[in-house]
Amino acid sequence: MITLAHYIVLGAVLFCIAVAGIFINRKNVIVLLMAIELMLLAVNINFIAFSRFLGDVSGQVFVFFILTVAAAEAAIGLAILTLLFRNRRTINVAEFDDLRG
Amino acid sequence: MSWNDVVTLLPELYLIGAICVLLLLDAFSGARHRGAVHWLSMLVLVITALLVVAGHQATPVTAFNGMYISDTLAEILKLFALLSVALVFVYGESYLCERKVAIGEFHTLMLFGLLGIMLLVSAGNLVMVYLGVELVTLSSYALVALDRDSPRSTEAAMKYFVLGALASGLLLYGMSMLYGATGTLDLAGIASTLPFTPHHTLAVFGLVFVIAGIAFKFGAAPFHMWLPDVYEGSPTPVTAFVASAPKLAAVGMALRLLDLGLMPLAPYWREMLAVLAVASLAIGSLVAIVQTNLKRMLAYSTIGHMGFLFLGLSAGTAFGNAAAVFYAIVYALMSTAAFGVILALSRAGFEADKIDDLRGLNQRSPWFAGMMALVMFSFGGVPPLLGFFAKLLVLQAAIEAHMLWLAIVGAVAAIISLFYYLHVVKVMYFDKPIDDSTLSVSSDASLRWVLSLNALALLVLGVLWGPLLDWCQRAFVG
Repeated sequence: MITLAHYIVLGAVLFCIAVAGIFINRKNVIVLLMAIELMLLAVNINFIAFSRFLGDVSGQVFVFFILTVAAAEAAIGLAILTLLFRNRRTINVAEFDDLRG
Repeated sequence: MSWNDVVTLLPELYLIGAICVLLLLDAFSGARHRGAVHWLSMLVLVITALLVVAGHQATPVTAFNGMYISDTLAEILKLFALLSVALVFVYGESYLCERKVAIGEFHTLMLFGLLGIMLLVSAGNLVMVYLGVELVTLSSYALVALDRDSPRSTEAAMKYFVLGALASGLLLYGMSMLYGATGTLDLAGIASTLPFTPHHTLAVFGLVFVIAGIAFKFGAAPFHMWLPDVYEGSPTPVTAFVASAPKLAAVGMALRLLDLGLMPLAPYWREMLAVLAVASLAIGSLVAIVQTNLKRMLAYSTIGHMGFLFLGLSAGTAFGNAAAVFYAIVYALMSTAAFGVILALSRAGFEADKIDDLRGLNQRSPWFAGMMALVMFSFGGVPPLLGFFAKLLVLQAAIEAHMLWLAIVGAVAAIISLFYYLHVVKVMYFDKPIDDSTLSVSSDASLRWVLSLNALALLVLGVLWGPLLDWCQRAFVG
């Protein structure tokens, strides 16, 4: 029997993987974008699980909004990434250190 | 949905329609008509402000089943956000024209950001809070990257994007926990359900994430990493925007979430905000001292100012909230003026963003040196300027809420931060310029006049600050 706790733990594990992916990753900006997507999907699992177990549909409606915004966010992120590559010829996170102090 | 809902939402509906028209106009008109976009955007701002004033209601009104709240708080924040966006349009126009940066995109993206701010400060539901926040931040990411051939601008945009997305994720995770604990997304509903929920721990767990998300949007320490890079890297008009209107939105968001939705958890969030305030005051006042870049110094000064703003919020009282709103308004006026001076001094190929660039400004342009000195004194909290009263009110709110230690930390931080503001004044009045050719003030007449009015307003309102405070306090009666 799968209970609410299972879903919440799954959401928490995915969320932690995503946050770790953002902070530990020192190589590639595309991995950062993937971690950001994963984080939003972890939140979606939470909302859907709560919504299902509370018998309240508004959480699932929220998920549709999150998915839409996540798509817009990915579009802007990839656009900035393209600009960055054009200006720098690299997408290595460790090399973005012009601004510091 | 009824006709009344539509009428309540009229300013936002007008704004979104006008933005779409401007977007098409910009796309289909040639380069000759670029000036028209500027004046039409100003017209849109004026009409939106009139609609906000015309929609004034004596008592709070909700629309679309509590999704949207129209009250005095929203009205104040919207009017000042409109004002600061208008100021940024005036200050930034010649900068963008000289550098051939896409001016139409600048105006439409700013207006979309403004729409997000207006929706955010009127949000009555977690969905609206999230959508408002995203509309502001997504517009800001694109604005920061506006100078697309500049490696610094794009690098700042990437850092802002990654950390901003992380903050949105934290905020959403917190919201999902609050939803799980209370079973509703409506902020008023959350407030009424929270005292009786069996899942108290879950709600407090969610609160921690929500606070982290709010602190990030303010740029409060320890969530301030993006702020100096974004201030330094983005084109100066965009910095002026990021430094002003979104702070008004952040204070509106904090008040909606904490004061309206999470009041039953006030003992928890008051302490968290107090810790954030101390961290921000320390970082803001100490790290700014060693900066040589003026925009970066102003970024650390922002962090310190957000610490002061949190003093008011952490009091958790009606007076504290009014003081925080007052502080945000004063901060928006001061920072637009400060970046306005930088914009007035800069021209193609010369950014005027080093503190050394201001050397000997007094000999070249005594009037603008005076204006910059006024802004710096106001930032530092020297009476009788407006910045002094803003600081005084948040300190008073902290003391009244029995947080004397917090007020003492605030006062010490204010004195330390005065050092670097006075350093700028010293550089302008007593240092010799490095070479004779680098400073000339912009010849844009509207910029010069509006900037002078903006800086003098700090002095005039510093004497007549009562009505503004009364207005802020009226938002929190009853």
